[in-house]
Amino acid sequence: MLNRLSTILRGGLAAFILALALAAAPEAARAQGSVNPTAQSVKEQQLLDALKPGAAITGRVTIPNAQAASLIQPGRDWRAFNQETLPRIGAVALLGMLALLVGFYMLRGRIRIDAGASTMRILRFGSVERVTHWLTATSFLVLALTGINVTFGKTILAPVMGPEAFAAWAGFAKLTHNFVGFAFMLGVVLTFLVWIKDNIPDSTDLGWFAAGGGLLGKGHPPAKRFNGGQKIVFWSVVVGGFFLALSGWHLLFPTQEGIADVQWHATIHGTVAYLMMALILGHIYIGSVGMEGAFDAMGSGEVDLNWAKEHHSLWVEQEMARKGTPAIIGSAQPAE
Amino acid sequence: MARMKFLCDADRCIECNACVTACKNEHEVPWGINRRRVVTLNDGKPGERSVSMACMHCTDAPCASVCPVNCFYTTADAVVLHSKDLCIGCGYCFYACPFGAPQYPKTANFGSRGKMDKCTYCAGGPEADGSPAELEKYGRNRLAEGKLPLCAEMCSTKALLAGDGDIIAQIYKERVAKRGYGSGAWGWKVAYKETIAI
Ligand code: HEM
Ligand code: SF4
Ligand code: SF4
Repeated sequence: MLNRLSTILRGGLAAFILALALAAAPEAARAQGSVNPTAQSVKEQQLLDALKPGAAITGRVTIPNAQAASLIQPGRDWRAFNQETLPRIGAVALLGMLALLVGFYMLRGRIRIDAGASTMRILRFGSVERVTHWLTATSFLVLALTGINVTFGKTILAPVMGPEAFAAWAGFAKLTHNFVGFAFMLGVVLTFLVWIKDNIPDSTDLGWFAAGGGLLGKGHPPAKRFNGGQKIVFWSVVVGGFFLALSGWHLLFPTQEGIADVQWHATIHGTVAYLMMALILGHIYIGSVGMEGAFDAMGSGEVDLNWAKEHHSLWVEQEMARKGTPAIIGSAQPAE
Repeated sequence: MARMKFLCDADRCIECNACVTACKNEHEVPWGINRRRVVTLNDGKPGERSVSMACMHCTDAPCASVCPVNCFYTTADAVVLHSKDLCIGCGYCFYACPFGAPQYPKTANFGSRGKMDKCTYCAGGPEADGSPAELEKYGRNRLAEGKLPLCAEMCSTKALLAGDGDIIAQIYKERVAKRGYGSGAWGWKVAYKETIAI
Protein backbone atom coordinates (compact mmCIF):
# COMPACT_ATOMS: atom_id res chain seq x y z
CA MET A 1 0.00 0.00 0.00
CA LEU A 2 2.68 2.38 1.11
CA ASN A 3 4.78 1.10 -1.70
CA ARG A 4 2.04 1.75 -4.22
CA LEU A 5 1.58 5.27 -2.93
CA SER A 6 5.24 6.10 -3.26
CA THR A 7 5.25 4.74 -6.82
CA ILE A 8 2.34 7.00 -7.73
CA LEU A 9 4.03 9.94 -6.06
CA ARG A 10 7.29 9.23 -7.76
CA GLY A 11 5.53 8.92 -11.13
CA GLY A 12 3.63 12.15 -10.52
CA LEU A 13 6.76 13.97 -9.51
CA ALA A 14 8.55 12.83 -12.64
CA ALA A 15 5.63 13.93 -14.80
CA PHE A 16 5.56 17.29 -13.03
CA ILE A 17 9.28 17.86 -13.57
CA LEU A 18 8.97 16.84 -17.21
CA ALA A 19 6.06 19.24 -17.73
CA LEU A 20 8.06 22.00 -16.06
CA ALA A 21 11.05 21.34 -18.23
CA LEU A 22 8.93 21.37 -21.39
CA ALA A 23 7.32 24.62 -20.41
CA ALA A 24 10.61 26.19 -19.41
CA ALA A 25 12.46 25.42 -22.64
CA PRO A 26 10.77 28.05 -24.89
CA GLU A 27 10.67 30.40 -21.90
CA ALA A 28 14.46 30.21 -21.63
CA ALA A 29 14.86 30.85 -25.33
CA ARG A 30 12.59 33.85 -25.18
CA ALA A 31 14.36 35.25 -22.13
CA GLN A 32 17.72 35.03 -23.87
CA GLY A 33 16.38 36.92 -26.89
CA SER A 34 15.14 39.83 -24.87
CA VAL A 35 18.33 40.16 -22.87
CA ASN A 36 20.64 40.67 -25.82
CA PRO A 37 19.08 42.14 -28.95
CA THR A 38 22.44 42.24 -30.68
CA ALA A 39 23.13 38.54 -30.27
CA GLN A 40 22.76 38.22 -34.03
CA SER A 41 23.54 41.78 -35.05
CA VAL A 42 26.16 42.47 -37.69
CA LYS A 43 29.37 43.70 -36.12
CA GLU A 44 31.86 45.77 -38.04
CA GLN A 45 34.82 43.68 -36.92
CA GLN A 46 33.20 40.41 -38.03
CA LEU A 47 32.44 41.89 -41.43
CA LEU A 48 35.95 43.29 -41.79
CA ASP A 49 37.43 39.93 -40.82
CA ALA A 50 35.27 38.11 -43.36
CA LEU A 51 36.25 40.35 -46.27
CA LYS A 52 38.27 39.05 -49.16
CA PRO A 53 41.10 41.31 -50.36
CA GLY A 54 39.69 44.17 -52.41
CA ALA A 55 36.12 43.52 -51.26
CA ALA A 56 33.97 46.04 -49.39
CA ILE A 57 31.35 45.87 -46.66
CA THR A 58 28.24 46.23 -48.75
CA GLY A 59 24.57 46.67 -47.94
CA ARG A 60 21.44 48.17 -49.45
CA VAL A 61 20.80 51.82 -50.21
CA THR A 62 17.59 53.56 -51.22
CA ILE A 63 19.27 55.79 -53.82
CA PRO A 64 19.90 54.71 -57.43
CA ASN A 65 23.70 54.96 -57.17
CA ALA A 66 24.71 51.32 -56.73
CA GLN A 67 28.27 52.25 -55.77
CA ALA A 68 26.89 54.01 -52.68
CA ALA A 69 25.88 50.61 -51.26
CA SER A 70 29.52 49.92 -50.51
CA LEU A 71 29.93 51.09 -46.92
CA ILE A 72 33.59 50.54 -46.13
CA GLN A 73 36.44 49.76 -48.48
CA PRO A 74 39.05 48.84 -45.91
CA GLY A 75 42.09 48.43 -48.12
CA ARG A 76 44.41 51.37 -48.50
CA ASP A 77 46.72 49.44 -50.77
CA TRP A 78 45.96 51.49 -53.85
CA ARG A 79 46.82 54.71 -52.11
CA ALA A 80 50.19 53.27 -51.15
CA PHE A 81 50.70 51.98 -54.67
CA ASN A 82 49.73 55.24 -56.32
CA GLN A 83 51.74 57.49 -54.00
CA GLU A 84 54.77 55.34 -53.21
CA THR A 85 55.22 52.38 -55.52
CA LEU A 86 54.25 54.00 -58.82
CA PRO A 87 56.42 57.12 -58.41
CA ARG A 88 59.28 54.77 -57.49
CA ILE A 89 58.65 52.60 -60.56
CA GLY A 90 58.46 55.75 -62.68
CA ALA A 91 61.62 57.34 -61.29
CA VAL A 92 63.66 54.14 -61.53
CA ALA A 93 62.40 53.36 -65.04
CA LEU A 94 62.94 56.85 -66.48
CA LEU A 95 66.10 57.96 -64.64
CA GLY A 96 67.58 54.44 -64.76
CA MET A 97 67.11 54.26 -68.53
CA LEU A 98 68.50 57.76 -68.97
CA ALA A 99 71.60 56.86 -66.92
CA LEU A 100 72.01 53.64 -68.92
CA LEU A 101 71.84 55.54 -72.21
CA VAL A 102 74.30 58.22 -71.11
CA GLY A 103 76.66 55.49 -69.91
CA PHE A 104 76.27 53.60 -73.17
CA TYR A 105 76.91 56.76 -75.18
CA MET A 106 80.08 57.47 -73.24
CA LEU A 107 81.37 53.92 -73.69
CA ARG A 108 80.32 53.18 -77.23
CA GLY A 109 79.76 56.65 -78.65
CA ARG A 110 77.64 57.20 -81.71
CA ILE A 111 77.40 54.05 -83.79
CA ARG A 112 78.83 55.06 -87.18
CA ILE A 113 78.33 53.53 -90.59
CA ASP A 114 81.48 51.37 -90.71
CA ALA A 115 81.83 51.61 -94.48
CA GLY A 116 81.14 55.34 -94.45
CA ALA A 117 78.24 57.09 -96.15
CA SER A 118 77.35 55.76 -99.58
CA THR A 119 75.97 57.82 -102.43
CA MET A 120 73.05 55.45 -102.81
CA ARG A 121 69.93 55.25 -100.74
CA ILE A 122 67.24 52.64 -100.38
CA LEU A 123 63.58 53.16 -99.52
CA ARG A 124 62.99 51.71 -96.08
CA PHE A 125 59.61 53.06 -94.99
CA GLY A 126 56.87 54.32 -97.32
CA SER A 127 54.50 57.13 -96.43
CA VAL A 128 51.83 54.89 -94.85
CA GLU A 129 54.45 53.41 -92.57
CA ARG A 130 55.86 56.79 -91.63
CA VAL A 131 52.44 58.27 -90.90
CA THR A 132 51.70 55.25 -88.71
CA HIS A 133 54.98 55.70 -86.86
CA TRP A 134 54.60 59.41 -86.23
CA LEU A 135 50.95 59.17 -85.28
CA THR A 136 51.86 56.60 -82.64
CA ALA A 137 55.02 58.45 -81.61
CA THR A 138 53.56 61.92 -81.17
CA SER A 139 50.46 60.68 -79.39
CA PHE A 140 52.65 58.52 -77.14
CA LEU A 141 54.85 61.48 -76.24
CA VAL A 142 51.86 63.69 -75.43
CA LEU A 143 50.28 60.92 -73.35
CA ALA A 144 53.53 60.21 -71.57
CA LEU A 145 54.09 63.87 -70.64
CA THR A 146 50.50 64.46 -69.55
CA GLY A 147 50.53 61.12 -67.70
CA ILE A 148 53.78 61.96 -65.91
CA ASN A 149 52.04 65.17 -64.86
CA VAL A 150 49.42 63.13 -63.00
CA THR A 151 52.08 61.21 -61.08
CA PHE A 152 54.82 63.80 -60.59
CA GLY A 153 53.28 67.17 -61.46
CA LYS A 154 52.33 68.09 -57.91
CA THR A 155 55.83 67.33 -56.65
CA ILE A 156 57.84 68.86 -59.48
CA LEU A 157 55.72 71.51 -61.22
CA ALA A 158 53.27 72.73 -58.58
CA PRO A 159 55.93 74.30 -56.31
CA VAL A 160 57.30 76.21 -59.28
CA MET A 161 54.02 77.22 -60.92
CA GLY A 162 51.91 77.84 -57.85
CA PRO A 163 48.68 75.93 -57.09
CA GLU A 164 46.31 77.89 -59.39
CA ALA A 165 48.47 77.83 -62.50
CA PHE A 166 49.35 74.21 -61.90
CA ALA A 167 45.70 73.20 -61.47
CA ALA A 168 44.82 74.99 -64.73
CA TRP A 169 47.63 73.21 -66.55
CA ALA A 170 46.76 69.86 -64.96
CA GLY A 171 43.15 70.26 -66.04
CA PHE A 172 44.26 70.96 -69.59
CA ALA A 173 46.75 68.08 -69.49
CA LYS A 174 44.06 65.69 -68.28
CA LEU A 175 41.73 66.78 -71.07
CA THR A 176 44.53 66.32 -73.59
CA HIS A 177 45.40 62.88 -72.18
CA ASN A 178 41.82 61.75 -72.60
CA PHE A 179 41.47 62.97 -76.21
CA VAL A 180 44.90 61.97 -77.48
CA GLY A 181 44.34 58.48 -76.07
CA PHE A 182 42.19 57.70 -79.11
CA ALA A 183 44.93 58.78 -81.55
CA PHE A 184 47.30 56.46 -79.74
CA MET A 185 44.85 53.56 -79.91
CA LEU A 186 44.54 54.07 -83.66
CA GLY A 187 48.33 54.27 -83.93
CA VAL A 188 48.79 50.97 -82.11
CA VAL A 189 46.22 49.23 -84.31
CA LEU A 190 47.91 50.57 -87.47
CA THR A 191 51.35 49.63 -86.12
CA PHE A 192 50.13 46.09 -85.64
CA LEU A 193 48.56 45.82 -89.10
CA VAL A 194 51.39 47.47 -91.00
CA TRP A 195 54.36 45.70 -89.42
CA ILE A 196 53.15 42.35 -88.10
CA LYS A 197 54.39 40.57 -91.24
CA ASP A 198 57.99 41.67 -90.58
CA ASN A 199 57.94 40.99 -86.85
CA ILE A 200 57.38 37.25 -86.50
CA PRO A 201 60.33 36.05 -84.39
CA ASP A 202 62.59 33.55 -86.17
CA SER A 203 66.05 31.98 -85.94
CA THR A 204 67.92 35.03 -87.31
CA ASP A 205 66.85 36.85 -84.16
CA LEU A 206 68.59 34.26 -82.01
CA GLY A 207 71.81 34.82 -83.93
CA TRP A 208 71.33 38.54 -83.66
CA PHE A 209 70.93 38.40 -79.88
CA ALA A 210 73.83 35.93 -79.54
CA ALA A 211 76.08 38.44 -81.33
CA GLY A 212 75.02 41.20 -78.93
CA GLY A 213 72.86 42.85 -81.56
CA GLY A 214 75.78 44.76 -82.99
CA LEU A 215 75.53 47.04 -79.99
CA LEU A 216 77.66 45.20 -77.48
CA GLY A 217 79.87 43.01 -79.65
CA LYS A 218 81.90 43.74 -82.76
CA GLY A 219 80.56 43.58 -86.29
CA HIS A 220 76.99 43.39 -87.55
CA PRO A 221 74.97 40.20 -87.17
CA PRO A 222 72.66 39.55 -90.12
CA ALA A 223 69.11 40.82 -89.78
CA LYS A 224 65.97 40.91 -91.89
CA ARG A 225 63.78 43.98 -92.17
CA PHE A 226 63.59 44.18 -88.38
CA ASN A 227 66.24 42.84 -86.05
CA GLY A 228 65.56 41.12 -82.72
CA GLY A 229 65.69 44.36 -80.76
CA GLN A 230 63.24 46.07 -83.06
CA LYS A 231 60.90 43.10 -82.79
CA ILE A 232 60.99 43.50 -79.02
CA VAL A 233 60.01 47.15 -79.46
CA PHE A 234 57.23 46.18 -81.87
CA TRP A 235 55.72 43.57 -79.59
CA SER A 236 56.07 45.79 -76.53
CA VAL A 237 54.23 48.59 -78.30
CA VAL A 238 51.49 46.26 -79.48
CA VAL A 239 51.02 44.36 -76.21
CA GLY A 240 51.79 47.32 -73.92
CA GLY A 241 49.64 49.61 -76.06
CA PHE A 242 46.80 47.12 -75.85
CA PHE A 243 46.94 47.03 -72.06
CA LEU A 244 47.31 50.82 -71.81
CA ALA A 245 44.31 51.30 -74.06
CA LEU A 246 42.22 48.71 -72.22
CA SER A 247 43.02 50.04 -68.75
CA GLY A 248 42.80 53.66 -69.96
CA TRP A 249 39.36 52.95 -71.38
CA HIS A 250 38.22 51.58 -68.04
CA LEU A 251 39.59 54.67 -66.30
CA LEU A 252 37.45 56.82 -68.57
CA PHE A 253 34.28 55.08 -67.44
CA PRO A 254 34.94 54.36 -63.78
CA THR A 255 31.32 54.10 -62.66
CA GLN A 256 30.72 51.01 -64.75
CA GLU A 257 32.58 48.84 -62.24
CA GLY A 258 33.48 48.48 -58.58
CA ILE A 259 36.23 50.48 -56.92
CA ALA A 260 38.52 47.46 -56.63
CA ASP A 261 38.38 47.08 -60.43
CA VAL A 262 39.12 50.76 -61.06
CA GLN A 263 42.08 50.56 -58.69
CA TRP A 264 43.30 47.52 -60.55
CA HIS A 265 43.05 49.29 -63.90
CA ALA A 266 44.85 52.35 -62.56
CA THR A 267 47.61 50.06 -61.25
CA ILE A 268 48.04 48.34 -64.61
CA HIS A 269 47.87 51.63 -66.51
CA GLY A 270 50.54 53.38 -64.47
CA THR A 271 52.94 50.44 -64.34
CA VAL A 272 52.75 49.60 -68.04
CA ALA A 273 53.03 53.31 -68.91
CA TYR A 274 56.36 53.78 -67.11
CA LEU A 275 57.83 50.52 -68.38
CA MET A 276 56.92 51.54 -71.91
CA MET A 277 58.33 55.03 -71.46
CA ALA A 278 61.67 53.51 -70.45
CA LEU A 279 61.67 51.23 -73.49
CA ILE A 280 60.73 54.08 -75.81
CA LEU A 281 63.52 56.24 -74.36
CA GLY A 282 65.93 53.55 -75.54
CA HIS A 283 64.16 53.42 -78.89
CA ILE A 284 64.40 57.20 -79.32
CA TYR A 285 68.09 57.14 -78.43
CA ILE A 286 69.04 54.51 -80.98
CA GLY A 287 66.89 56.15 -83.63
CA SER A 288 68.52 59.55 -83.22
CA VAL A 289 71.81 60.44 -81.47
CA GLY A 290 72.74 56.81 -80.84
CA MET A 291 73.19 55.70 -84.43
CA GLU A 292 74.31 57.49 -87.56
CA GLY A 293 71.83 57.15 -90.42
CA ALA A 294 69.03 55.58 -88.40
CA PHE A 295 66.76 58.63 -88.23
CA ASP A 296 66.43 58.84 -92.02
CA ALA A 297 64.37 55.66 -92.02
CA MET A 298 61.49 57.48 -90.36
CA GLY A 299 62.51 60.94 -91.59
CA SER A 300 62.69 60.87 -95.37
CA GLY A 301 62.00 57.15 -95.46
CA GLU A 302 65.19 56.52 -97.42
CA VAL A 303 68.29 55.20 -95.74
CA ASP A 304 71.92 55.06 -96.76
CA LEU A 305 72.60 51.82 -98.62
CA ASN A 306 75.74 51.10 -96.60
CA TRP A 307 73.78 51.60 -93.39
CA ALA A 308 71.11 49.24 -94.62
CA LYS A 309 73.67 46.61 -95.64
CA GLU A 310 75.29 46.75 -92.22
CA HIS A 311 72.14 46.71 -90.10
CA HIS A 312 69.65 44.83 -92.22
CA SER A 313 71.76 42.71 -94.55
CA LEU A 314 69.16 40.04 -95.28
CA TRP A 315 66.49 42.65 -95.95
CA VAL A 316 68.72 44.49 -98.47
CA GLU A 317 69.43 41.22 -100.29
CA GLN A 318 65.73 40.47 -100.39
CA GLU A 319 64.85 43.94 -101.67
CA MET A 320 67.51 43.75 -104.41
CA ALA A 321 66.26 40.32 -105.49
CA ARG A 322 62.64 41.35 -105.47
CA LYS A 323 62.67 44.77 -106.97
CA GLY A 324 66.02 44.87 -108.73
CA THR A 325 67.50 48.32 -109.22
CA PRO A 326 64.37 50.48 -108.77
CA ALA A 327 64.68 50.03 -105.00
CA ILE A 328 67.96 51.90 -105.06
CA ILE A 329 67.93 55.67 -105.31
CA GLY A 330 71.00 57.63 -106.44
CA SER A 331 73.95 56.65 -108.59
CA ALA A 332 76.66 54.07 -108.00
CA GLN A 333 79.24 56.66 -108.99
CA PRO A 334 80.32 59.28 -106.52
CA ALA A 335 78.73 62.60 -107.45
CA GLU A 336 81.96 64.43 -108.03
CA MET B 1 41.05 72.72 -30.91
CA ALA B 2 38.65 69.88 -31.24
CA ARG B 3 39.22 66.83 -33.38
CA MET B 4 35.87 66.60 -35.15
CA LYS B 5 34.49 63.17 -35.97
CA PHE B 6 31.27 61.42 -36.92
CA LEU B 7 29.96 58.36 -35.11
CA CYS B 8 26.93 56.37 -36.17
CA ASP B 9 25.41 54.23 -33.43
CA ALA B 10 23.99 51.51 -35.70
CA ASP B 11 21.94 50.04 -32.85
CA ARG B 12 19.93 53.25 -32.82
CA CYS B 13 19.73 54.17 -36.50
CA ILE B 14 16.24 53.48 -37.85
CA GLU B 15 17.10 54.14 -41.51
CA CYS B 16 14.76 57.12 -41.71
CA ASN B 17 17.15 58.93 -44.08
CA ALA B 18 16.39 62.25 -42.44
CA CYS B 19 20.14 63.01 -42.21
CA VAL B 20 20.42 62.47 -45.97
CA THR B 21 17.47 64.74 -46.65
CA ALA B 22 18.64 67.43 -44.23
CA CYS B 23 22.07 67.48 -45.86
CA LYS B 24 20.69 67.74 -49.37
CA ASN B 25 18.39 70.54 -48.35
CA GLU B 26 20.83 72.52 -46.22
CA HIS B 27 23.51 72.61 -48.91
CA GLU B 28 21.29 72.57 -52.02
CA VAL B 29 23.14 69.48 -53.19
CA PRO B 30 22.19 68.73 -56.81
CA TRP B 31 20.40 65.59 -57.94
CA GLY B 32 22.69 62.59 -58.25
CA ILE B 33 25.11 63.76 -55.60
CA ASN B 34 24.79 62.35 -52.11
CA ARG B 35 27.11 63.66 -49.49
CA ARG B 36 25.51 61.35 -46.95
CA ARG B 37 23.74 58.02 -47.37
CA VAL B 38 22.32 55.29 -45.18
CA VAL B 39 23.50 51.75 -45.89
CA THR B 40 21.50 48.85 -44.49
CA LEU B 41 23.50 45.74 -43.73
CA ASN B 42 21.98 42.24 -43.57
CA ASP B 43 18.79 43.78 -44.91
CA GLY B 44 15.73 41.76 -43.93
CA LYS B 45 17.75 39.28 -41.89
CA PRO B 46 17.87 38.99 -38.11
CA GLY B 47 20.42 41.45 -36.75
CA GLU B 48 19.95 43.94 -39.59
CA ARG B 49 21.71 47.24 -38.92
CA SER B 50 21.76 50.59 -40.72
CA VAL B 51 24.72 52.93 -40.82
CA SER B 52 24.59 56.55 -41.90
CA MET B 53 27.82 57.27 -43.76
CA ALA B 54 29.45 60.34 -45.27
CA CYS B 55 33.01 61.58 -45.44
CA MET B 56 34.58 60.58 -42.12
CA HIS B 57 37.24 63.33 -42.24
CA CYS B 58 39.99 60.77 -41.93
CA THR B 59 43.24 61.07 -40.08
CA ASP B 60 45.99 61.18 -42.76
CA ALA B 61 43.25 61.26 -45.41
CA PRO B 62 43.80 58.97 -48.43
CA CYS B 63 41.89 61.35 -50.76
CA ALA B 64 44.32 64.18 -49.98
CA SER B 65 47.27 61.90 -50.51
CA VAL B 66 46.32 60.78 -54.03
CA CYS B 67 44.94 64.08 -55.38
CA PRO B 68 47.18 65.02 -58.33
CA VAL B 69 46.62 68.74 -57.76
CA ASN B 70 46.88 68.70 -53.95
CA CYS B 71 43.57 70.48 -53.53
CA PHE B 72 42.72 69.12 -50.06
CA TYR B 73 43.47 70.77 -46.77
CA THR B 74 42.70 69.90 -43.17
CA THR B 75 41.24 72.58 -40.92
CA ALA B 76 42.29 73.23 -37.32
CA ASP B 77 39.25 71.15 -36.32
CA ALA B 78 40.63 68.23 -38.38
CA VAL B 79 37.89 68.62 -40.99
CA VAL B 80 39.05 67.51 -44.46
CA LEU B 81 38.06 70.12 -47.06
CA HIS B 82 39.00 70.76 -50.66
CA SER B 83 39.12 73.55 -53.22
CA LYS B 84 36.72 73.25 -56.13
CA ASP B 85 38.74 75.90 -57.96
CA LEU B 86 41.76 73.59 -58.08
CA CYS B 87 39.98 70.22 -58.52
CA ILE B 88 40.31 68.84 -62.06
CA GLY B 89 37.70 66.11 -61.61
CA CYS B 90 40.04 63.17 -62.14
CA GLY B 91 38.23 60.86 -59.72
CA TYR B 92 41.35 59.65 -57.91
CA CYS B 93 40.06 60.69 -54.47
CA PHE B 94 37.05 58.44 -55.00
CA TYR B 95 39.32 55.49 -55.82
CA ALA B 96 41.30 56.02 -52.62
CA CYS B 97 38.45 56.91 -50.24
CA PRO B 98 37.48 53.96 -48.00
CA PHE B 99 33.91 55.27 -47.66
CA GLY B 100 32.98 56.26 -51.21
CA ALA B 101 32.51 59.84 -50.03
CA PRO B 102 33.64 61.93 -53.04
CA GLN B 103 30.81 62.60 -55.51
CA TYR B 104 30.86 63.99 -59.05
CA PRO B 105 28.42 65.73 -61.36
CA LYS B 106 29.36 63.34 -64.19
CA THR B 107 29.65 59.54 -64.25
CA ALA B 108 32.11 59.37 -67.17
CA ASN B 109 35.68 60.56 -66.73
CA PHE B 110 36.10 61.70 -70.33
CA GLY B 111 37.64 65.17 -70.08
CA SER B 112 36.63 65.61 -66.48
CA ARG B 113 34.07 64.31 -64.02
CA GLY B 114 33.38 67.86 -62.94
CA LYS B 115 34.23 69.41 -59.60
CA MET B 116 34.29 66.85 -56.83
CA ASP B 117 31.72 67.36 -54.08
CA LYS B 118 31.68 65.77 -50.67
CA CYS B 119 30.59 66.28 -47.08
CA THR B 120 32.25 69.39 -45.68
CA TYR B 121 31.25 68.68 -42.08
CA CYS B 122 29.08 71.75 -42.67
CA ALA B 123 32.32 73.74 -42.72
CA GLY B 124 32.26 75.21 -46.24
CA GLY B 125 35.42 75.64 -48.25
CA PRO B 126 38.43 77.89 -48.75
CA GLU B 127 36.35 81.00 -49.46
CA ALA B 128 35.58 83.49 -46.68
CA ASP B 129 33.33 81.95 -44.00
CA GLY B 130 29.68 82.49 -44.82
CA SER B 131 30.35 84.21 -48.16
CA PRO B 132 27.95 83.73 -51.08
CA ALA B 133 30.76 82.10 -53.11
CA GLU B 134 31.33 79.56 -50.35
CA LEU B 135 27.60 78.91 -50.05
CA GLU B 136 27.25 78.31 -53.76
CA LYS B 137 30.22 75.93 -54.09
CA TYR B 138 30.25 74.08 -50.78
CA GLY B 139 26.98 74.82 -49.01
CA ARG B 140 26.32 76.27 -45.59
CA ASN B 141 29.19 76.88 -43.18
CA ARG B 142 27.51 75.97 -39.89
CA LEU B 143 30.74 75.28 -38.06
CA ALA B 144 31.77 78.93 -38.46
CA GLU B 145 28.46 79.85 -36.84
CA GLY B 146 29.26 77.61 -33.87
CA LYS B 147 26.81 74.90 -34.95
CA LEU B 148 27.47 71.22 -35.55
CA PRO B 149 26.66 69.39 -38.82
CA LEU B 150 22.92 69.45 -39.44
CA CYS B 151 22.61 65.71 -40.10
CA ALA B 152 23.72 64.88 -36.57
CA GLU B 153 21.95 67.80 -34.93
CA MET B 154 18.55 66.77 -36.21
CA CYS B 155 18.92 62.97 -35.97
CA SER B 156 15.73 61.91 -34.17
CA THR B 157 17.22 58.89 -32.43
CA LYS B 158 20.57 60.57 -31.81
CA ALA B 159 22.17 57.65 -33.61
CA LEU B 160 24.37 59.98 -35.61
CA LEU B 161 26.79 61.89 -33.43
CA ALA B 162 29.05 64.71 -34.51
CA GLY B 163 31.51 66.68 -32.46
CA ASP B 164 34.83 66.32 -30.77
CA GLY B 165 36.02 62.72 -31.11
CA ASP B 166 36.72 62.22 -27.41
CA ILE B 167 33.32 63.53 -26.35
CA ILE B 168 31.23 61.51 -28.81
CA ALA B 169 33.31 58.41 -28.01
CA GLN B 170 32.50 58.96 -24.32
CA ILE B 171 28.77 59.29 -25.07
CA TYR B 172 28.84 56.11 -27.12
CA LYS B 173 30.77 54.23 -24.43
CA GLU B 174 28.25 55.24 -21.77
CA ARG B 175 25.37 54.14 -23.99
CA VAL B 176 26.96 50.78 -24.58
CA ALA B 177 27.72 50.30 -20.88
CA LYS B 178 24.14 51.15 -19.92
CA ARG B 179 22.27 49.09 -22.50
CA GLY B 180 24.81 46.28 -22.56
CA TYR B 181 25.50 46.02 -26.30
CA GLY B 182 26.92 47.88 -29.24
CA SER B 183 27.81 46.88 -32.76
CA GLY B 184 30.86 49.15 -32.85
CA ALA B 185 31.93 52.58 -34.03
CA TRP B 186 31.50 51.96 -37.76
CA GLY B 187 34.43 53.11 -39.86
CA TRP B 188 36.53 54.41 -37.01
CA LYS B 189 39.29 51.88 -37.36
CA VAL B 190 39.64 52.60 -41.06
CA ALA B 191 39.22 56.38 -40.80
CA TYR B 192 40.98 57.19 -37.55
CA LYS B 193 43.10 54.06 -37.00
CA GLU B 194 41.53 53.70 -33.57
CA THR B 195 38.35 52.24 -32.22
CA ILE B 196 36.19 52.62 -29.14
CA ALA B 197 36.65 49.76 -26.65
CA ILE B 198 33.22 48.49 -25.65
C1 HEM C 1 45.49 54.40 -74.96
C2 HEM C 1 44.75 55.31 -74.53
C3 HEM C 1 44.86 55.90 -73.15
C4 HEM C 1 43.79 56.25 -72.39
C5 HEM C 1 42.33 56.15 -72.77
C6 HEM C 1 44.31 56.76 -71.14
C7 HEM C 1 43.53 57.21 -70.10
C8 HEM C 1 44.02 57.57 -68.86
C9 HEM C 1 43.20 58.01 -67.77
C10 HEM C 1 41.68 58.12 -67.81
C11 HEM C 1 44.02 58.26 -66.72
C12 HEM C 1 43.58 58.71 -65.33
C13 HEM C 1 43.93 60.15 -65.11
C14 HEM C 1 43.08 61.04 -65.96
O1 HEM C 1 41.85 60.98 -65.85
O2 HEM C 1 43.63 61.79 -66.76
C15 HEM C 1 45.37 58.00 -67.15
C16 HEM C 1 46.49 58.16 -66.36
C17 HEM C 1 47.79 57.96 -66.80
N1 HEM C 1 48.16 57.60 -68.08
FE1 HEM C 1 46.92 57.17 -69.61
N2 HEM C 1 45.67 56.71 -71.17
C18 HEM C 1 46.07 56.19 -72.39
C19 HEM C 1 47.36 55.99 -72.82
C20 HEM C 1 48.49 56.29 -72.10
C21 HEM C 1 49.85 56.19 -72.59
C22 HEM C 1 50.25 55.76 -73.97
C23 HEM C 1 50.67 56.57 -71.56
C24 HEM C 1 52.16 56.71 -71.47
C25 HEM C 1 53.02 56.10 -72.03
C26 HEM C 1 49.83 56.87 -70.43
C27 HEM C 1 50.32 57.25 -69.20
C28 HEM C 1 49.54 57.53 -68.10
C29 HEM C 1 50.07 57.83 -66.80
C30 HEM C 1 51.54 57.86 -66.39
C31 HEM C 1 48.97 58.11 -65.98
C32 HEM C 1 49.01 58.49 -64.51
C33 HEM C 1 49.12 57.31 -63.63
C34 HEM C 1 49.04 57.69 -62.17
O3 HEM C 1 49.91 58.44 -61.70
O4 HEM C 1 48.12 57.22 -61.51
N3 HEM C 1 48.52 56.70 -70.79
N4 HEM C 1 45.33 57.58 -68.46
S1 SF4 D 1 36.20 59.69 -45.87
FE1 SF4 D 1 37.06 59.73 -47.94
S2 SF4 D 1 36.79 61.82 -48.65
FE2 SF4 D 1 36.53 61.86 -46.41
S3 SF4 D 1 38.59 62.30 -45.59
FE3 SF4 D 1 38.40 60.07 -45.65
S4 SF4 D 1 39.27 59.52 -47.64
FE4 SF4 D 1 38.84 61.71 -47.74
S1 SF4 E 1 38.72 64.62 -58.34
FE1 SF4 E 1 39.48 66.63 -57.71
S2 SF4 E 1 39.76 66.48 -55.51
FE2 SF4 E 1 39.57 64.38 -56.27
S3 SF4 E 1 41.69 63.72 -56.62
FE3 SF4 E 1 40.95 64.55 -58.56
S4 SF4 E 1 41.56 66.71 -58.55
FE4 SF4 E 1 41.74 65.97 -56.43
